[in-house]
Amino acid sequence: MNKSDFLSELRRGLGCLPEEDIEKSVDFYAEMIDDKMEEGLTEEEAVAEAGSVDEISAQIIAEIPLTRLVKARVKPKRALKAWEIVLIAAGSPIWLSLLVAAAVTVVSVYASLWAVIVSLYAVVLSFGAGGLAGIVGAAACPFLSNGNAAAAVMSLGAGLICAGLAVLSYLGCFEITKGMIVLTKKALCALRSAVIGKEERK
Amino acid sequence: MDIQLKRGLLDICVLAAIKNEDSYGYNIIKKIKPYVEISESTLYPILRRLESAQMLTVKSVEHNGRLRKYYSITPLGTERIEEFKSEWQEIMSVYRFITKEDNSDEQE
Repeated sequence: MNKSDFLSELRRGLGCLPEEDIEKSVDFYAEMIDDKMEEGLTEEEAVAEAGSVDEISAQIIAEIPLTRLVKARVKPKRALKAWEIVLIAAGSPIWLSLLVAAAVTVVSVYASLWAVIVSLYAVVLSFGAGGLAGIVGAAACPFLSNGNAAAAVMSLGAGLICAGLAVLSYLGCFEITKGMIVLTKKALCALRSAVIGKEERK
Repeated sequence: MDIQLKRGLLDICVLAAIKNEDSYGYNIIKKIKPYVEISESTLYPILRRLESAQMLTVKSVEHNGRLRKYYSITPLGTERIEEFKSEWQEIMSVYRFITKEDNSDEQE
């Protein structure tokens, strides 16, 4: 293997590192090979003495603190080029409106989910009201001129069924609301970490 | 030699190799090699470590139309060598205890 093959292979082996670390390592090994060649070794011999690229890169990576490695993965490899910036700016009428549309869609889906929950509570409320009306109606029956026992029993039964449904559906609604709140919190957390991640990248 | 022990020793060896005059990678290896086995892949992480510990500094010097990195020791690096020497005194006294023929109490 010649020097330039060795160095480009080393560069590939260190691909996950910050650019600065890659440069330093490659410079070091390039200098080492040059110095050995100055001492009279052939290029091939000097490269062979350096050892295998896999071992070298593994050793270099092992020595670099984990925090630096993580940063290197998060950081983009290069800055935006001029034409990319121009493209982003020129395309803003399109992507900006798409972005706004997407954001509005997300917000409206979220709002409609809450609307469903509110309507479920309305159902609970109406069951409750129905139950109350049935029971009150049954209680009122003896005092009404056209009331009879059968109607009173039916009204009482319907009222109790409604009241039972109200309690059950209230429990269901309560669970759904709790789930929705947990979901909201998770979504906010995800959003925040995405934004913070982006800030770190700048 | 024990890997941990060798690792610790090599750090000091590298500092010792540059304590009197600035030196470059390959020369450091040549200086140390007669005493401890060292290769460039061992040396490189040590240099990086010592640099981030501010025990040595690096500067590029032109040599034969290319740049060569020279390493110079800092006061912190010199201090580390002195520290090692005093630590070694302690180790030597432990060594004497370990190898002493008769370590029974002298009163007995």
